[in-house]
This record gives sequence, C-alpha cells and structure tokens, in this order.
Amino acid sequence: MIKINELHKSFGSLHVLKGITDYVNKGEVVVIIGPSGSGKSTYLRCINLMEQPTSGQISIDNIDITGPKTDINQIRQKVGMVFQQFNLFPHMTVLENISLAPSKIKNLSKEEADKIAYHLLDKVGLRDKANEYPSRLSGGQKQRIAIARSLAMNPEVMLFDEPTSALDPEMVKEVLEVIKELVREGMTMMIVTHEMGFAKEVGTRLLFMDEGKIVEEGNPRDVFENPKEERTKLFLSKVL
Amino acid sequence: MLNFLTKILGQQTIDFYKVFIEDKYYMVVFKGMLWTLGLTAIALVIGTLIGIVVAVIQMSQFSKELKWLEKILKTITKVYIDIIRGTPAAVQIVLMWTVLFAGLPLPRILVGGIAFGINSGAYMAELIRAGIQGIDKGQTEAGRSLGFKYTETMRYIIMPQAFKQMLPAFVSEFIVLIKETAIISFIGGTDLMKASSIMMSRTYNALQPLLIVAACYLLLTGIFTKIMRKVEKKINISN
Repeated sequence: MIKINELHKSFGSLHVLKGITDYVNKGEVVVIIGPSGSGKSTYLRCINLMEQPTSGQISIDNIDITGPKTDINQIRQKVGMVFQQFNLFPHMTVLENISLAPSKIKNLSKEEADKIAYHLLDKVGLRDKANEYPSRLSGGQKQRIAIARSLAMNPEVMLFDEPTSALDPEMVKEVLEVIKELVREGMTMMIVTHEMGFAKEVGTRLLFMDEGKIVEEGNPRDVFENPKEERTKLFLSKVL
Repeated sequence: MLNFLTKILGQQTIDFYKVFIEDKYYMVVFKGMLWTLGLTAIALVIGTLIGIVVAVIQMSQFSKELKWLEKILKTITKVYIDIIRGTPAAVQIVLMWTVLFAGLPLPRILVGGIAFGINSGAYMAELIRAGIQGIDKGQTEAGRSLGFKYTETMRYIIMPQAFKQMLPAFVSEFIVLIKETAIISFIGGTDLMKASSIMMSRTYNALQPLLIVAACYLLLTGIFTKIMRKVEKKINISN
C-alpha cells in the first residue's frame, strides 16, 4: 500500500535519512523505534510530505506522491497524522476541531459533519466534552481528540509521531487503548514510539532505526527477544 | 496651581465660553473631530491593506524559478519598513504633500490619509507578521496533514488565532494613529488640532482650547479602547 524507495532527507548539511526502502501492506501495524536523532520522526513525516524528501520515491496506493503533478492535499486526506504535541485548534471547540475538515474539505453539511464528530467522540469516550475548548482538557484527552480529528477524514493510513511522549505517565494508557482499538479494526498504521511494551503488543512489524537507516526489522517479539544486530542489542539493553 | 485655577475659573474662561457656545465655535471642534476621524479611517484602511500585503511578501516563499522576484520584493518591503520607521512621521507627511502628491488635484484629507496609511502600513506589517509567526508551527502542520491547502489552513486555522494575538497591538496602533494625525496641520489639514488653534487665535487664549481638544482626543481613544476591550473579552472565551 505504501512503497518507499531509497528515501533520503537532508536538512542543510545534516543528512538525516540515508536511503530507506520499505513496503507497508494494508492492515499492517509498523512500529518504529530507535534512539533520538535516528530519523524515525523524519521518516514518518516524509510519508505525508510534512517533510519534502531530498531524493527517493514514496507511493501510496500506486500514486507517486513525490511526483510534481500529484495533488498532495488529496493524498493527505487519506493519511491521518497524530502529533506528539496534539496540535488541537485552540480557538475551536472539541466538536469543531473534529468536524472542521469533513465540513470544509468534503463539503458535508453541518449535521453530517457533526454526526461524524459525535460518532468519533463516542469511540474515544469523550462525547461529554464536545462543547469544551481544548484548553480545558487534560493531555490524554487532547490526544484522544486529536486522534478522532484525523479519523474524521476517514483515512486509509494513520501515522502516529510519538503520540504519548508529551503525556503525564498516568495518561499514557488511555491513549494507547484508543490506538489498540484502531489496531483491532484493522487500520493500517505507522507508529513512532518509545513505549516498548506497547510496540511489542500491537506491532505486526518492528523497525529499528539508527543514524538514518533501518538497522533491523522483523516481528516485534523476535526483535525484542533475539536482536540480531549489535546496535539493536545495545539500544534494547538500555531501554528494556 | 493657584495660577492655573484662576486661569480656568477666571475671566478668560468666561470669554472663552462666549466664543465657544454663543459664537458656536463648538461646531469648529465638532467638524475638526469628524475630520480627524475621517483621516484616521482612511489611514487605517490603507495602512491595513499595505500591512497585509507587506507582511505576506515578507513571509512568502516563491518557487525556485521565481526566487529572484521574491528577493526583489522582500528587499523593497524591507527598505520601506526601515525608512518609515526610521524617519519622523511629520517629515514623511510634508514630503509626500510637497513632493509626491504635489500638484495632484486631491483633497487634503485624502492625501493625508494616504500619507498616514503609508506610514502606518510599516508598523501594521510588522505586527501582522509577528501575529502570524507567533502561532505554533504545529497548527499549520495539523491543518495541512488533514488535507487543507495552505490558503485554507491560513483562513480557518492560523488567521483566527493570529488575529486574536494581534488585536492588542492593533488597538495600540489605532490609538497612536488617532493622536498622530494631529500633525496633519503641517500640511494645513482642518482637524481637531487645527480647531484648537482657530479658537486660540480668536480668544488669544491657549489653555481652554487645548483642554477641550485634549478631552476630545481622550473621548475618541476612550470610546475605541472600551469597544475593543469588549471585543477582546468576547473572543477570549476559548482560553
């Protein structure tokens, strides 16, 4: 479904991604781990062109998204993204946060867009917060709303960029539960995370990245229990 | 202090009262006030438009083929801001009246409005730019990741927040503008300030006319400040 070929990304003289080739199947849950600065967030952000690749190709559903004629806005509607810092729109209520994209991009009526929003609020268990502003929510609640917001466009793929890293420890679980629910529904996902237990539990495939490359990949259980590469062993010995 | 009070309560005031009320010089003040308001309004509209255009140019990123144009436009706007902010408004107004618009059959209020607009635009541009750039980058990313175009992201997500941020600075700029228009008398505008000098030459008396005019300026800025405080309160519900 997503094909990545020889992806390179540089920021000025800093070479962050040094040739990534990968393939994500429909329904796969790819978890990406690695030390900070390894390029895992940049990799994820290239998939929906939040970062413009320096070279290489990415195609989604056989459409080359790096091509000059591709309408990236249309591609992004199919690829939801959840950020570490939530990035909710502070000037809108929770309901408006979720219904904005369906109503403005898909031109749905207010009723239809609200219906989608309420349905998603039920899903993340926050219907009672519909008319609150984000500033009144806890971190965990904010992230659940952010997930609902990207689901509102009915994406085929979801990208999670360290979704729990900015949360207080007691709020991590409620967010992970929502993500697990998506896994059960068969959503295709790529998740950059530091939650090793979670990675092991939900991942169908694990990538270990370091210095801009995929150092090791495989079934999460296998990689965690029997890492093959020295670099992976060293990293896991520090975090587990 | 005693001297001041005698002046306020003494013969001078009785004389001034006669001129102001009985000779209907309050109409001069009223007309001056309207003139000041009109001038400020023209300047505000022009200044805001220039400010938006300049701010957009300063933040723009042209495609590779048009980088040269971006460079030229950015240099022009930067020089414009530097010159306007680095020279006195009075000098700019007189220069524009005597050089730039010399001989054009335009009413003084319009030339003044354009001149003050050009002046105010430089300050507006900076405050608009600061307002937009003050919004967290994550907001743009969230909008774009949902599939919004750049312009839609600006419209639905960035501008409503930036506007809120800009409002206090915008109010200050407006108040500065109302007061600064007093120097329009350099090119012979018949504004509030002029009204005071008309009354002064009639009564040979400076204190009362200046106090009246000061009160008028205070009234104008006061009303505006009050309205804007209400507006600010209203749009701050989301905090």
